[in-house]
Amino acid sequence: MKILMPALLALAIVAPVQAAKIAMEDQSQMQPVPAAAAAASVFQPPQEQDLPADAFGQLVQDGRAIFVDTRNQAAEYVGNGMNCTNCHLDQGRKADSAPLWGAYPMYPAYRKKNNRVNSYAERIQGCFQFSMNGKAPAVDSHVINALTAYSYWLATGAPTGKALPGRLYPVVAEPKGGYDLARGEQIYAAQCAVCHGDNGQGQKSGNDYVLPPLWGKDSYNWGAGMHRINTAAGFIKHNMPLGKGGSLSDEEAWHVAAFMNSHERPQDPRLIDGSVEKTRDKYHANDGVNLYGQMVNGVMLGQGIK
Amino acid sequence: MTFSRLPLAGLCALLLAAQVQAADGQKLLTQGGANPAAMACAGCHGADGMGMAAAGFPRLAGLSAGYLAKQIGDFRSGTRANPIMQPIAAALSDDEINAVSRTLAALPAPAYPRTGRAEKAEGSGARLALRGAWERNIPECVSCHGPGGLGVGDTFPPLAGQSAQYLSAQLNAWRQGTRKNDPADLMGHVARALSDAEVTAVSDYFASLNPQGAAQ
Repeated sequence: MKILMPALLALAIVAPVQAAKIAMEDQSQMQPVPAAAAAASVFQPPQEQDLPADAFGQLVQDGRAIFVDTRNQAAEYVGNGMNCTNCHLDQGRKADSAPLWGAYPMYPAYRKKNNRVNSYAERIQGCFQFSMNGKAPAVDSHVINALTAYSYWLATGAPTGKALPGRLYPVVAEPKGGYDLARGEQIYAAQCAVCHGDNGQGQKSGNDYVLPPLWGKDSYNWGAGMHRINTAAGFIKHNMPLGKGGSLSDEEAWHVAAFMNSHERPQDPRLIDGSVEKTRDKYHANDGVNLYGQMVNGVMLGQGIK
Repeated sequence: MTFSRLPLAGLCALLLAAQVQAADGQKLLTQGGANPAAMACAGCHGADGMGMAAAGFPRLAGLSAGYLAKQIGDFRSGTRANPIMQPIAAALSDDEINAVSRTLAALPAPAYPRTGRAEKAEGSGARLALRGAWERNIPECVSCHGPGGLGVGDTFPPLAGQSAQYLSAQLNAWRQGTRKNDPADLMGHVARALSDAEVTAVSDYFASLNPQGAAQ
């Protein structure tokens, strides 16, 4: 009895703390593909006006609406100020902005790292748990069905299992001398703050975030792919400032990506035993360039923020 | 006599100074500034600040004070060229600019529906507003100006409640380079990518939005 009680207590304590199951546990980087600019031709998704006026067309439209207005249309699964289209521009259509037509035909996908096969539904669940800092909709939920239908439709005519040019954020070479947070701060002030705010807080109209928060409690969490400096540099170089992609140099994109990702944000939901160090060693140590669990200005990043 | 004049002159100077320090926004709106060249806003923009659509004089009611003050400063400096507003802006003191901007910002403005990217978009104007034209790097208007074109912060002004005349004149001013007061050319590069027909269509789209509760 004396031995059993502490064990039971421990179980009782552990059970509620146990985080929600994370199907898309491996958020690590994908194999790079050529940028759309480097390709002879780029895949063209179908046009909205060509959608059939039937139940399928309606489901696709539902998915599109969720994609561009996620906070309102899938509110119960979103825990921050983001919408899918903040990182997947042009409603998930734009090449070099991780378009849905590039993602959908690549699933189910095997990840060697955790020896698992993830379905497309599980991939979207991962987006909700990390980039949206929220909860995963059930695999058979309307939200997942609609987003899957929207992705399937955008990928109409795309070859299955073939990595298309422009399907990710293109790789941008790291500066020879490494990134520079002080220069990143200057670039941020000059190029980014007008939309995203002096402190990365984004800007709202009423309750709607119009310009997304880049760090802090309402931004993507430490498990999202965008927390990698190299991933963010690829996104920024080709897509920012909005409508003016390609205007920053590779070096500037890296500096400002590093500055953005050197701020605190919501905790990685895969947090192991409450330990930033353990979580860093398992999930972040070999995942591109990132500052999770690293010391910046005398403080260890990755503490999380609520 | 000389003894009594001096304190009077002093009192006048004090009163003047007090008046200059606390510029009256409401008076600026309806009667103009201390300098007669600073004509009353109401003459062209209406006492309610709702503008005069036919003449292309914009709505100022309910715009952000920071945006309004910046625009007046830009008229003064010429980064926003306008033959009517330039001499008026030049005749306003900094205090007057801030005061009238606060007064205009506080005027009641109609509410518009928060139409966003999730809505259907039929016609060229609605498509530009709600979908953009990304093959030419033109973002959705609402991606910066907010749902319904209601405006965001001190940088992105409302488009809803402005006339087609005003909106198209501004887009054309950016295309021609007579307006270049936007941060980082964010609006200029979009305007230059638009065709004449698109300028008309997107201006008509925002001008045609009906205030909430108004008869269709």
